[in-house]
Amino acid sequence: MPLPADADASTPRYLRDKYAIVGVGETTYTRGSGTTTRGLGTWAVRNALQDAGLKASDVDGMLSYQSGDSTFSTFIAGDVGIRLNFYMDVFGGGSSTEALIGIAMGVMEAGMCKAVVIFRAMNGFSQVRIGGTGARSAVPVSGEMLHNRAYGWQSAGQMFSPTFMRHMHDYGTTPAQVAAVRAAHSNHASNNPKAYYKKRVTVEDVLASRIICKPLHLLDCCVETDNATAIIVTSADRARDCAKPRALIRGVAGRVCKPRIDMHYQHGPISTVAGKYAREILWPNSGVGPEDVDVTGSYDAFTFTTMLQLEDYGFCKKGDGGDYVSNGTINLGGRRPNNTSGGHLCEGYTHGMNMVIENVRQLRHDVDDSCPVGPDGKRQHTYDYKEGGCRQVKKCEVTANLGWAMPGTGSAMVMRRD
Amino acid sequence: MPIQAQYLGMGLDLNDLEVENRAYFGHCAEHNFHLQQCGSCNQLRYPPTTACPFCTSPEARWVPVEGKGAVHSYTEVHHAIQPAFKAHTPYMILLVDLDTQKGRPTEHDALRVVGNLATPDGKLAPSEMVKRVGVGTRVRMVFSDVSPGLSLPQWTIDEGASQPAKPWRYPQE
Repeated sequence: MPLPADADASTPRYLRDKYAIVGVGETTYTRGSGTTTRGLGTWAVRNALQDAGLKASDVDGMLSYQSGDSTFSTFIAGDVGIRLNFYMDVFGGGSSTEALIGIAMGVMEAGMCKAVVIFRAMNGFSQVRIGGTGARSAVPVSGEMLHNRAYGWQSAGQMFSPTFMRHMHDYGTTPAQVAAVRAAHSNHASNNPKAYYKKRVTVEDVLASRIICKPLHLLDCCVETDNATAIIVTSADRARDCAKPRALIRGVAGRVCKPRIDMHYQHGPISTVAGKYAREILWPNSGVGPEDVDVTGSYDAFTFTTMLQLEDYGFCKKGDGGDYVSNGTINLGGRRPNNTSGGHLCEGYTHGMNMVIENVRQLRHDVDDSCPVGPDGKRQHTYDYKEGGCRQVKKCEVTANLGWAMPGTGSAMVMRRD
Repeated sequence: MPIQAQYLGMGLDLNDLEVENRAYFGHCAEHNFHLQQCGSCNQLRYPPTTACPFCTSPEARWVPVEGKGAVHSYTEVHHAIQPAFKAHTPYMILLVDLDTQKGRPTEHDALRVVGNLATPDGKLAPSEMVKRVGVGTRVRMVFSDVSPGLSLPQWTIDEGASQPAKPWRYPQE
Protein backbone atom coordinates (compact mmCIF):
# COMPACT_ATOMS: atom_id res chain seq x y z
CA MET A 1 0.00 0.00 0.00
CA PRO A 2 1.53 3.33 -1.02
CA LEU A 3 2.29 5.98 1.59
CA PRO A 4 -0.17 8.85 1.52
CA ALA A 5 1.09 12.20 0.28
CA ASP A 6 2.65 14.38 2.98
CA ALA A 7 0.95 17.44 1.57
CA ASP A 8 -2.43 16.26 2.80
CA ALA A 9 -1.49 16.31 6.48
CA SER A 10 -4.00 18.30 8.50
CA THR A 11 -1.59 18.98 11.36
CA PRO A 12 1.81 20.60 10.84
CA ARG A 13 4.40 17.96 10.15
CA TYR A 14 6.61 19.38 12.90
CA LEU A 15 4.21 17.87 15.45
CA ARG A 16 5.26 14.37 14.41
CA ASP A 17 7.43 12.89 17.15
CA LYS A 18 7.23 16.14 19.16
CA TYR A 19 5.16 14.58 21.97
CA ALA A 20 5.47 11.23 23.66
CA ILE A 21 3.74 8.94 26.09
CA VAL A 22 6.13 8.57 29.02
CA GLY A 23 4.08 6.84 31.69
CA VAL A 24 1.34 4.23 31.77
CA GLY A 25 -0.46 2.73 34.72
CA GLU A 26 -3.54 0.79 35.66
CA THR A 27 -5.33 -0.85 38.55
CA THR A 28 -6.14 -4.53 38.59
CA TYR A 29 -8.97 -5.57 36.26
CA THR A 30 -11.65 -6.94 38.56
CA ARG A 31 -15.35 -7.38 39.20
CA GLY A 32 -15.78 -5.95 42.67
CA SER A 33 -13.08 -3.31 43.06
CA GLY A 34 -14.07 -2.57 46.66
CA THR A 35 -13.38 1.13 46.13
CA THR A 36 -14.77 4.26 44.49
CA THR A 37 -13.88 5.52 41.03
CA ARG A 38 -11.87 8.16 42.92
CA GLY A 39 -9.91 5.42 44.62
CA LEU A 40 -9.38 3.60 41.32
CA GLY A 41 -8.34 6.76 39.43
CA THR A 42 -5.85 7.71 42.12
CA TRP A 43 -4.34 4.24 42.04
CA ALA A 44 -3.89 4.29 38.24
CA VAL A 45 -2.46 7.83 38.15
CA ARG A 46 0.06 7.00 40.90
CA ASN A 47 1.15 3.95 38.91
CA ALA A 48 1.59 6.05 35.77
CA LEU A 49 3.69 8.62 37.66
CA GLN A 50 5.85 5.87 39.09
CA ASP A 51 6.21 4.23 35.67
CA ALA A 52 7.39 7.53 34.18
CA GLY A 53 9.68 8.29 37.11
CA LEU A 54 7.88 11.59 37.61
CA LYS A 55 6.89 13.39 40.82
CA ALA A 56 3.41 14.87 41.23
CA SER A 57 4.93 18.32 40.78
CA ASP A 58 6.25 17.33 37.34
CA VAL A 59 2.66 17.02 36.03
CA ASP A 60 0.38 20.06 35.76
CA GLY A 61 -2.38 19.00 33.37
CA MET A 62 -5.17 16.45 33.70
CA LEU A 63 -7.84 15.13 31.34
CA SER A 64 -10.48 12.48 31.85
CA TYR A 65 -13.55 11.11 30.15
CA GLN A 66 -16.68 9.51 31.45
CA SER A 67 -20.39 9.00 30.91
CA GLY A 68 -21.77 10.18 34.23
CA ASP A 69 -20.15 7.18 35.85
CA SER A 70 -16.91 8.50 37.33
CA THR A 71 -15.04 11.02 39.42
CA PHE A 72 -13.42 14.26 38.22
CA SER A 73 -9.87 15.49 37.70
CA THR A 74 -10.06 17.84 40.69
CA PHE A 75 -10.45 14.94 43.13
CA ILE A 76 -7.69 12.82 41.63
CA ALA A 77 -5.35 15.82 41.47
CA GLY A 78 -6.09 16.55 45.10
CA ASP A 79 -5.48 12.98 46.20
CA VAL A 80 -2.11 12.67 44.49
CA GLY A 81 -0.97 16.23 45.20
CA ILE A 82 -0.89 17.61 41.66
CA ARG A 83 -1.32 21.41 41.37
CA LEU A 84 -3.06 21.86 38.04
CA ASN A 85 -2.41 24.47 35.39
CA PHE A 86 -5.06 22.87 33.18
CA TYR A 87 -7.76 20.24 33.48
CA MET A 88 -10.90 19.12 31.68
CA ASP A 89 -13.31 16.25 32.18
CA VAL A 90 -15.19 15.40 29.03
CA PHE A 91 -18.24 13.33 28.24
CA GLY A 92 -17.66 10.21 26.23
CA GLY A 93 -16.54 6.63 26.16
CA GLY A 94 -14.68 4.72 23.51
CA SER A 95 -12.67 6.84 21.06
CA SER A 96 -11.89 9.37 23.81
CA THR A 97 -8.34 8.22 24.58
CA GLU A 98 -6.73 9.12 21.27
CA ALA A 99 -8.82 12.30 21.00
CA LEU A 100 -7.68 13.46 24.45
CA ILE A 101 -4.07 12.72 23.57
CA GLY A 102 -4.54 15.14 20.68
CA ILE A 103 -6.04 17.70 23.04
CA ALA A 104 -3.14 17.23 25.46
CA MET A 105 -0.69 17.91 22.61
CA GLY A 106 -2.61 21.04 21.65
CA VAL A 107 -2.75 22.33 25.21
CA MET A 108 1.00 21.88 25.61
CA GLU A 109 1.61 23.38 22.18
CA ALA A 110 -0.36 26.43 23.40
CA GLY A 111 1.94 26.65 26.39
CA MET A 112 -0.84 26.05 28.90
CA CYS A 113 0.95 23.26 30.78
CA LYS A 114 3.93 20.94 30.45
CA ALA A 115 2.79 17.39 31.18
CA VAL A 116 -0.72 15.95 31.05
CA VAL A 117 -2.04 12.84 32.73
CA ILE A 118 -5.18 11.32 31.17
CA PHE A 119 -7.27 8.87 33.18
CA ARG A 120 -10.40 6.76 32.84
CA ALA A 121 -11.83 5.31 36.10
CA MET A 122 -14.92 3.13 36.15
CA ASN A 123 -16.71 0.54 38.22
CA GLY A 124 -18.09 -0.82 34.96
CA PHE A 125 -19.31 -4.00 36.59
CA SER A 126 -20.15 -3.19 40.19
CA GLN A 127 -21.61 0.33 39.77
CA VAL A 128 -22.72 1.56 36.36
CA ARG A 129 -22.82 -1.47 34.07
CA ILE A 130 -21.68 -0.55 30.65
CA GLY A 131 -23.99 -3.07 28.96
CA GLY A 132 -26.95 -0.92 29.89
CA THR A 133 -28.58 -2.94 32.67
CA GLY A 134 -29.26 -1.53 36.15
CA ALA A 135 -28.91 2.23 36.62
CA ARG A 136 -28.69 2.99 32.92
CA SER A 137 -32.02 1.34 32.02
CA ALA A 138 -33.94 2.91 34.93
CA VAL A 139 -33.77 6.49 33.57
CA PRO A 140 -37.05 7.73 31.93
CA VAL A 141 -37.02 7.64 28.12
CA SER A 142 -37.14 11.19 26.77
CA GLY A 143 -35.89 13.38 23.93
CA GLU A 144 -33.75 11.61 21.35
CA MET A 145 -34.06 8.35 23.32
CA LEU A 146 -37.70 8.09 22.21
CA HIS A 147 -36.29 7.02 18.84
CA ASN A 148 -34.14 4.22 20.25
CA ARG A 149 -34.63 3.07 23.85
CA ALA A 150 -38.41 2.99 23.38
CA TYR A 151 -37.79 0.18 20.88
CA GLY A 152 -35.59 -1.85 23.20
CA TRP A 153 -32.66 -0.47 21.19
CA GLN A 154 -30.32 0.62 23.96
CA SER A 155 -27.16 -1.34 24.67
CA ALA A 156 -24.06 -0.89 22.55
CA GLY A 157 -24.53 -4.32 20.99
CA GLN A 158 -28.12 -3.57 20.06
CA MET A 159 -27.22 -0.14 18.67
CA PHE A 160 -24.29 -1.35 16.52
CA SER A 161 -25.79 -4.59 15.22
CA PRO A 162 -27.48 -3.12 12.11
CA THR A 163 -23.96 -2.19 10.93
CA PHE A 164 -22.61 -5.66 11.69
CA MET A 165 -25.52 -7.42 9.99
CA ARG A 166 -25.33 -5.24 6.91
CA HIS A 167 -21.59 -5.98 6.56
CA MET A 168 -22.42 -9.69 6.51
CA HIS A 169 -25.17 -9.02 3.95
CA ASP A 170 -23.02 -6.80 1.71
CA TYR A 171 -19.76 -8.78 1.80
CA GLY A 172 -20.62 -12.32 2.90
CA THR A 173 -18.66 -11.97 6.14
CA THR A 174 -19.29 -15.07 8.25
CA PRO A 175 -19.83 -15.56 12.01
CA ALA A 176 -16.80 -17.89 12.10
CA GLN A 177 -14.48 -15.33 10.49
CA VAL A 178 -15.38 -12.71 13.07
CA ALA A 179 -15.26 -15.19 15.96
CA ALA A 180 -11.56 -15.59 15.11
CA VAL A 181 -11.02 -12.17 16.71
CA ARG A 182 -12.12 -13.53 20.10
CA ALA A 183 -9.97 -16.63 19.67
CA ALA A 184 -6.91 -14.49 18.83
CA HIS A 185 -7.44 -12.06 21.68
CA SER A 186 -8.02 -14.88 24.15
CA ASN A 187 -4.72 -16.44 23.09
CA HIS A 188 -3.04 -13.10 23.74
CA ALA A 189 -4.76 -12.73 27.11
CA SER A 190 -3.55 -16.15 28.20
CA ASN A 191 -0.07 -14.59 28.19
CA ASN A 192 -1.17 -11.55 30.15
CA PRO A 193 -1.19 -12.12 33.92
CA LYS A 194 -3.38 -8.99 34.37
CA ALA A 195 -6.17 -10.17 32.06
CA TYR A 196 -9.61 -10.80 33.57
CA TYR A 197 -10.26 -13.71 31.16
CA LYS A 198 -7.06 -15.71 30.61
CA LYS A 199 -8.63 -18.87 29.23
CA ARG A 200 -8.10 -19.56 25.56
CA VAL A 201 -11.25 -20.06 23.52
CA THR A 202 -11.79 -21.36 19.99
CA VAL A 203 -13.93 -20.17 17.10
CA GLU A 204 -16.25 -23.09 17.90
CA ASP A 205 -16.59 -21.91 21.53
CA VAL A 206 -17.69 -18.49 20.30
CA LEU A 207 -20.23 -19.90 17.84
CA ALA A 208 -21.62 -22.25 20.50
CA SER A 209 -22.17 -19.45 23.02
CA ARG A 210 -25.70 -18.07 23.28
CA ILE A 211 -26.96 -15.27 21.04
CA ILE A 212 -27.29 -11.90 22.78
CA CYS A 213 -28.62 -10.01 19.77
CA LYS A 214 -27.90 -11.14 16.24
CA PRO A 215 -25.19 -11.33 15.04
CA LEU A 216 -23.54 -11.20 18.48
CA HIS A 217 -22.90 -14.31 20.55
CA LEU A 218 -22.01 -13.86 24.20
CA LEU A 219 -18.32 -14.37 23.37
CA ASP A 220 -18.45 -11.78 20.58
CA CYS A 221 -19.01 -9.22 23.38
CA CYS A 222 -16.41 -7.71 25.68
CA VAL A 223 -16.19 -8.07 29.44
CA GLU A 224 -17.55 -5.56 31.99
CA THR A 225 -14.96 -4.83 34.65
CA ASP A 226 -13.99 -2.40 37.42
CA ASN A 227 -10.71 -0.62 36.71
CA ALA A 228 -8.85 2.60 36.04
CA THR A 229 -6.13 3.38 33.53
CA ALA A 230 -3.83 6.36 33.09
CA ILE A 231 -1.23 7.66 30.65
CA ILE A 232 1.11 10.64 30.80
CA VAL A 233 1.87 12.75 27.73
CA THR A 234 4.67 15.31 27.58
CA SER A 235 6.99 16.85 25.03
CA ALA A 236 9.56 14.57 23.41
CA ASP A 237 12.28 16.79 24.92
CA ARG A 238 11.01 16.46 28.49
CA ALA A 239 10.41 12.78 27.84
CA ARG A 240 14.16 12.18 27.59
CA ASP A 241 14.40 12.67 31.37
CA CYS A 242 11.78 10.05 32.16
CA ALA A 243 12.43 6.53 33.39
CA LYS A 244 11.32 4.54 30.36
CA PRO A 245 11.93 4.69 26.60
CA ARG A 246 9.67 7.20 24.88
CA ALA A 247 6.68 6.14 22.81
CA LEU A 248 6.71 8.93 20.23
CA ILE A 249 3.36 10.14 18.91
CA ARG A 250 3.35 10.34 15.12
CA GLY A 251 -0.21 11.56 14.60
CA VAL A 252 -3.71 11.51 15.95
CA ALA A 253 -7.30 11.72 14.69
CA GLY A 254 -9.99 12.51 17.24
CA ARG A 255 -13.70 11.66 17.23
CA VAL A 256 -13.98 11.69 13.46
CA CYS A 257 -17.63 11.23 12.46
CA LYS A 258 -19.76 9.97 9.61
CA PRO A 259 -22.39 12.41 8.32
CA ARG A 260 -25.66 12.69 10.26
CA ILE A 261 -24.02 11.69 13.52
CA ASP A 262 -27.31 12.38 15.30
CA MET A 263 -28.56 9.26 13.50
CA HIS A 264 -25.74 7.98 11.34
CA TYR A 265 -27.78 5.20 9.73
CA GLN A 266 -29.42 7.83 7.51
CA HIS A 267 -26.23 7.98 5.47
CA GLY A 268 -24.97 4.89 3.71
CA PRO A 269 -23.34 2.56 3.11
CA ILE A 270 -24.03 1.63 6.72
CA SER A 271 -21.50 -1.22 6.51
CA THR A 272 -18.78 1.45 6.42
CA VAL A 273 -17.61 3.00 9.70
CA ALA A 274 -15.99 6.30 10.67
CA GLY A 275 -12.50 4.89 10.05
CA LYS A 276 -13.10 5.59 6.37
CA TYR A 277 -12.93 9.30 7.22
CA ALA A 278 -10.40 9.07 10.06
CA ARG A 279 -7.83 7.33 7.88
CA GLU A 280 -7.68 10.42 5.65
CA ILE A 281 -6.37 12.32 8.69
CA LEU A 282 -4.44 9.61 10.51
CA TRP A 283 -2.09 8.36 7.81
CA PRO A 284 -1.10 11.75 6.37
CA ASN A 285 -0.61 13.19 9.86
CA SER A 286 1.57 10.24 10.79
CA GLY A 287 3.53 10.04 7.56
CA VAL A 288 3.08 6.28 7.49
CA GLY A 289 0.51 3.93 6.01
CA PRO A 290 -1.08 0.67 7.12
CA GLU A 291 1.76 -1.41 5.63
CA ASP A 292 4.24 0.29 7.98
CA VAL A 293 2.35 -0.73 11.12
CA ASP A 294 3.63 -3.68 13.17
CA VAL A 295 0.96 -3.89 15.91
CA THR A 296 -2.63 -2.68 15.94
CA GLY A 297 -4.95 -1.91 18.82
CA SER A 298 -8.35 -2.01 17.15
CA TYR A 299 -11.11 -1.41 19.69
CA ASP A 300 -12.87 -4.65 20.53
CA ALA A 301 -16.06 -3.83 22.36
CA PHE A 302 -17.22 -6.54 19.99
CA THR A 303 -15.37 -8.85 17.63
CA PHE A 304 -17.05 -7.00 14.76
CA THR A 305 -15.69 -3.59 15.77
CA THR A 306 -12.11 -4.83 15.47
CA MET A 307 -12.82 -6.24 12.01
CA LEU A 308 -14.69 -3.19 10.69
CA GLN A 309 -12.03 -0.74 11.76
CA LEU A 310 -9.08 -2.72 10.44
CA GLU A 311 -10.91 -2.85 7.12
CA ASP A 312 -11.90 0.81 6.92
CA TYR A 313 -8.48 2.10 8.00
CA GLY A 314 -7.13 0.23 4.98
CA PHE A 315 -5.33 -2.80 6.46
CA CYS A 316 -7.15 -4.83 3.82
CA LYS A 317 -9.46 -4.16 0.90
CA LYS A 318 -13.03 -3.03 1.65
CA GLY A 319 -15.08 -6.14 2.26
CA ASP A 320 -12.09 -8.37 3.09
CA GLY A 321 -12.19 -7.70 6.85
CA GLY A 322 -13.55 -11.16 7.60
CA ASP A 323 -10.60 -12.80 5.85
CA TYR A 324 -8.09 -10.38 7.38
CA VAL A 325 -9.07 -11.20 10.97
CA SER A 326 -9.27 -14.95 10.41
CA ASN A 327 -6.17 -15.70 8.31
CA GLY A 328 -3.63 -15.47 11.13
CA THR A 329 -2.50 -11.89 10.47
CA ILE A 330 -3.81 -10.52 13.79
CA ASN A 331 -2.43 -13.32 15.99
CA LEU A 332 0.80 -13.09 17.98
CA GLY A 333 3.39 -14.47 15.60
CA GLY A 334 1.32 -13.21 12.65
CA ARG A 335 2.16 -10.33 10.33
CA ARG A 336 0.37 -7.67 12.42
CA PRO A 337 -0.96 -8.77 15.83
CA ASN A 338 -3.97 -6.93 17.21
CA ASN A 339 -4.73 -6.23 20.88
CA THR A 340 -1.84 -8.23 22.27
CA SER A 341 -3.07 -7.70 25.84
CA GLY A 342 -6.34 -9.45 25.06
CA GLY A 343 -8.13 -6.11 24.74
CA HIS A 344 -11.63 -5.42 25.91
CA LEU A 345 -12.78 -8.90 24.98
CA CYS A 346 -10.43 -10.50 27.52
CA GLU A 347 -8.13 -8.17 29.49
CA GLY A 348 -10.79 -5.75 30.78
CA TYR A 349 -12.98 -2.87 29.72
CA THR A 350 -11.66 0.68 30.09
CA HIS A 351 -13.11 2.44 27.05
CA GLY A 352 -10.00 2.20 24.92
CA MET A 353 -7.13 3.22 27.14
CA ASN A 354 -5.76 -0.24 27.93
CA MET A 355 -5.04 -0.83 24.24
CA VAL A 356 -2.95 2.35 24.14
CA ILE A 357 -1.09 1.25 27.29
CA GLU A 358 -0.35 -2.12 25.71
CA ASN A 359 1.09 -0.55 22.56
CA VAL A 360 3.33 1.73 24.64
CA ARG A 361 4.71 -1.36 26.38
CA GLN A 362 5.14 -3.15 23.05
CA LEU A 363 7.11 -0.18 21.69
CA ARG A 364 9.29 -0.21 24.83
CA HIS A 365 9.86 -3.88 24.09
CA ASP A 366 8.82 -4.56 27.68
CA VAL A 367 5.32 -6.04 27.89
CA ASP A 368 4.46 -7.51 31.28
CA ASP A 369 4.13 -11.18 30.38
CA SER A 370 5.58 -14.13 32.29
CA CYS A 371 9.03 -14.06 30.69
CA PRO A 372 11.95 -13.92 33.14
CA VAL A 373 13.29 -10.51 34.20
CA GLY A 374 16.98 -9.98 33.46
CA PRO A 375 19.61 -8.20 35.58
CA ASP A 376 18.80 -4.92 33.78
CA GLY A 377 15.25 -5.12 35.12
CA LYS A 378 13.80 -5.83 31.67
CA ARG A 379 12.08 -9.00 30.63
CA GLN A 380 14.03 -11.44 28.50
CA HIS A 381 11.40 -12.24 25.92
CA THR A 382 11.32 -15.70 24.42
CA TYR A 383 8.87 -14.99 21.53
CA ASP A 384 7.32 -18.35 22.31
CA TYR A 385 3.63 -17.52 22.22
CA LYS A 386 2.37 -20.76 23.78
CA GLU A 387 -0.23 -20.49 26.54
CA GLY A 388 1.24 -18.72 29.56
CA GLY A 389 4.28 -17.65 27.55
CA CYS A 390 5.56 -14.52 25.84
CA ARG A 391 3.44 -11.81 24.24
CA GLN A 392 6.12 -9.36 23.15
CA VAL A 393 6.10 -8.76 19.39
CA LYS A 394 9.63 -9.27 18.09
CA LYS A 395 9.70 -6.39 15.65
CA CYS A 396 7.60 -3.54 16.98
CA GLU A 397 8.59 -0.16 15.54
CA VAL A 398 5.22 1.39 14.66
CA THR A 399 1.80 0.87 16.28
CA ALA A 400 -1.70 2.08 15.47
CA ASN A 401 -4.58 2.46 17.89
CA LEU A 402 -8.05 2.57 16.37
CA GLY A 403 -10.60 3.82 18.91
CA TRP A 404 -14.33 3.29 18.49
CA ALA A 405 -17.28 5.10 20.02
CA MET A 406 -19.84 3.66 17.62
CA PRO A 407 -20.05 2.92 13.88
CA GLY A 408 -20.29 6.66 13.21
CA THR A 409 -17.43 7.92 15.40
CA GLY A 410 -13.78 6.90 15.76
CA SER A 411 -10.40 8.17 16.90
CA ALA A 412 -6.93 6.92 16.10
CA MET A 413 -3.25 7.34 16.90
CA VAL A 414 0.05 6.18 15.47
CA MET A 415 3.10 5.83 17.74
CA ARG A 416 6.65 4.80 17.00
CA ARG A 417 9.55 3.38 18.93
CA ASP A 418 12.20 5.80 20.12
CA MET B 1 -48.78 19.83 29.05
CA PRO B 2 -45.89 17.42 29.35
CA ILE B 3 -46.69 13.82 28.41
CA GLN B 4 -45.62 11.19 30.91
CA ALA B 5 -46.66 7.66 30.08
CA GLN B 6 -45.76 4.04 30.64
CA TYR B 7 -44.85 1.71 27.80
CA LEU B 8 -43.53 -1.83 28.28
CA GLY B 9 -42.41 -1.04 31.80
CA MET B 10 -40.56 2.13 30.79
CA GLY B 11 -41.44 5.68 31.67
CA LEU B 12 -41.70 7.77 28.48
CA ASP B 13 -41.39 11.50 29.00
CA LEU B 14 -42.13 14.13 26.34
CA ASN B 15 -41.94 17.67 27.68
CA ASP B 16 -43.26 20.89 26.15
CA LEU B 17 -39.82 22.08 25.02
CA GLU B 18 -39.52 19.06 22.72
CA VAL B 19 -41.28 20.97 19.96
CA GLU B 20 -40.12 18.76 17.09
CA ASN B 21 -40.69 15.46 18.89
CA ARG B 22 -44.12 16.64 20.10
CA ALA B 23 -45.18 17.25 16.52
CA TYR B 24 -43.66 13.98 15.26
CA PHE B 25 -45.25 11.73 17.87
CA GLY B 26 -48.48 13.76 17.80
CA HIS B 27 -48.94 12.89 14.11
CA CYS B 28 -48.16 9.28 14.96
CA ALA B 29 -50.88 9.40 17.63
CA GLU B 30 -53.32 10.18 14.79
CA HIS B 31 -51.85 7.18 12.91
CA ASN B 32 -50.72 9.57 10.22
CA PHE B 33 -46.94 9.50 9.66
CA HIS B 34 -45.37 12.90 9.00
CA LEU B 35 -41.79 14.02 8.53
CA GLN B 36 -40.21 17.46 8.37
CA GLN B 37 -39.66 18.79 4.88
CA CYS B 38 -37.12 21.55 4.49
CA GLY B 39 -38.63 24.88 3.49
CA SER B 40 -35.56 25.69 1.44
CA CYS B 41 -34.19 22.52 -0.25
CA ASN B 42 -37.37 20.40 0.09
CA GLN B 43 -35.53 17.31 1.40
CA LEU B 44 -37.35 15.18 3.95
CA ARG B 45 -35.48 14.19 7.08
CA TYR B 46 -35.67 11.66 9.91
CA PRO B 47 -35.55 11.68 12.91
CA PRO B 48 -36.80 15.19 13.78
CA THR B 49 -34.10 17.88 13.84
CA THR B 50 -33.99 21.61 14.57
CA ALA B 51 -32.53 22.54 11.16
CA CYS B 52 -31.98 20.90 7.78
CA PRO B 53 -29.03 18.44 7.74
CA PHE B 54 -28.69 19.03 3.98
CA CYS B 55 -28.81 22.84 3.73
CA THR B 56 -28.93 24.20 7.34
CA SER B 57 -32.23 26.02 6.87
CA PRO B 58 -34.34 26.26 10.04
CA GLU B 59 -37.58 26.46 8.01
CA ALA B 60 -39.56 23.24 7.81
CA ARG B 61 -43.13 22.00 7.38
CA TRP B 62 -44.66 18.70 8.46
CA VAL B 63 -45.83 16.66 5.48
CA PRO B 64 -47.53 13.25 5.29
CA VAL B 65 -45.19 10.46 4.14
CA GLU B 66 -46.24 6.97 3.08
CA GLY B 67 -45.19 4.41 5.69
CA LYS B 68 -43.92 1.79 3.27
CA GLY B 69 -40.49 0.42 2.60
CA ALA B 70 -38.06 -2.48 2.80
CA VAL B 71 -35.85 -3.73 5.63
CA HIS B 72 -32.30 -2.39 5.19
CA SER B 73 -30.81 -4.09 8.27
CA TYR B 74 -31.95 -5.45 11.59
CA THR B 75 -31.04 -7.04 14.85
CA GLU B 76 -32.94 -9.76 16.63
CA VAL B 77 -32.64 -9.40 20.40
CA HIS B 78 -32.50 -12.62 22.40
CA HIS B 79 -31.11 -11.13 25.63
CA ALA B 80 -33.27 -8.13 26.52
CA ILE B 81 -31.94 -5.27 28.67
CA GLN B 82 -35.24 -3.71 29.80
CA PRO B 83 -37.18 -6.15 32.00
CA ALA B 84 -40.51 -5.79 30.17
CA PHE B 85 -38.93 -6.75 26.85
CA LYS B 86 -37.78 -10.10 28.24
CA ALA B 87 -41.25 -11.60 27.82
CA HIS B 88 -41.15 -10.70 24.12
CA THR B 89 -37.76 -12.17 23.10
CA PRO B 90 -36.70 -12.67 20.46
CA TYR B 91 -37.86 -9.25 19.33
CA MET B 92 -36.71 -7.48 16.21
CA ILE B 93 -35.39 -3.95 15.70
CA LEU B 94 -35.73 -2.99 12.04
CA LEU B 95 -34.01 -0.26 10.09
CA VAL B 96 -36.37 0.37 7.18
CA ASP B 97 -35.62 2.27 3.96
CA LEU B 98 -38.73 4.27 3.12
CA ASP B 99 -39.65 4.12 -0.56
CA THR B 100 -40.00 7.90 -0.39
CA GLN B 101 -36.67 9.63 -1.10
CA LYS B 102 -34.70 6.34 -1.28
CA GLY B 103 -31.29 6.86 -2.87
CA ARG B 104 -31.38 10.60 -2.24
CA PRO B 105 -29.60 12.92 -1.72
CA THR B 106 -26.83 10.40 -2.46
CA GLU B 107 -26.93 6.85 -3.75
CA HIS B 108 -26.68 4.97 -0.44
CA ASP B 109 -28.87 7.33 1.58
CA ALA B 110 -32.44 6.75 2.63
CA LEU B 111 -34.93 7.82 5.24
CA ARG B 112 -34.12 4.84 7.51
CA VAL B 113 -36.91 4.65 10.06
CA VAL B 114 -36.44 2.53 13.18
CA GLY B 115 -39.19 0.35 14.59
CA ASN B 116 -39.87 -3.03 16.09
CA LEU B 117 -41.40 -5.77 14.02
CA ALA B 118 -45.00 -5.67 15.22
CA THR B 119 -48.38 -7.24 14.59
CA PRO B 120 -50.86 -5.11 12.59
CA ASP B 121 -52.29 -3.83 15.90
CA GLY B 122 -48.87 -2.59 17.08
CA LYS B 123 -47.85 -5.35 19.52
CA LEU B 124 -44.31 -6.80 19.44
CA ALA B 125 -44.32 -9.62 16.89
CA PRO B 126 -44.41 -13.29 17.92
CA SER B 127 -41.40 -15.46 17.07
CA GLU B 128 -43.16 -17.15 14.09
CA MET B 129 -43.38 -13.74 12.45
CA VAL B 130 -39.80 -12.81 13.38
CA LYS B 131 -38.50 -15.84 11.47
CA ARG B 132 -40.09 -14.61 8.23
CA VAL B 133 -38.37 -11.22 8.17
CA GLY B 134 -34.92 -10.27 6.89
CA VAL B 135 -33.13 -7.71 4.74
CA GLY B 136 -35.38 -6.92 1.80
CA THR B 137 -38.70 -7.80 3.45
CA ARG B 138 -41.44 -5.35 2.43
CA VAL B 139 -43.04 -3.74 5.47
CA ARG B 140 -45.72 -1.18 6.22
CA MET B 141 -46.04 1.15 9.18
CA VAL B 142 -48.37 0.51 12.09
CA PHE B 143 -48.51 2.25 15.47
CA SER B 144 -48.20 1.36 19.14
CA ASP B 145 -50.49 3.72 21.06
CA VAL B 146 -48.88 4.84 24.30
CA SER B 147 -50.99 7.79 25.44
CA PRO B 148 -52.90 10.72 23.92
CA GLY B 149 -50.39 12.63 21.81
CA LEU B 150 -47.84 9.80 21.81
CA SER B 151 -47.77 6.72 19.61
CA LEU B 152 -44.66 4.91 18.39
CA PRO B 153 -44.31 4.08 14.70
CA GLN B 154 -43.68 0.35 14.18
CA TRP B 155 -43.35 -2.03 11.24
CA THR B 156 -45.35 -5.05 10.18
CA ILE B 157 -45.03 -7.37 7.18
CA ASP B 158 -46.77 -5.83 4.16
CA GLU B 159 -48.91 -8.83 3.21
CA GLY B 160 -50.22 -7.01 0.16
CA ALA B 161 -46.77 -6.39 -1.31
CA SER B 162 -44.66 -8.60 -3.51
CA GLN B 163 -42.07 -10.10 -1.14
CA PRO B 164 -38.53 -11.33 -1.96
CA ALA B 165 -38.40 -15.13 -2.33
CA LYS B 166 -35.93 -15.39 0.54
CA PRO B 167 -35.09 -12.26 2.53
CA TRP B 168 -31.50 -12.23 3.84
CA ARG B 169 -31.26 -13.44 7.42
CA TYR B 170 -28.39 -14.06 9.78
CA PRO B 171 -26.86 -17.32 8.49
CA GLN B 172 -26.30 -19.33 11.70
CA GLU B 173 -29.81 -20.62 12.51
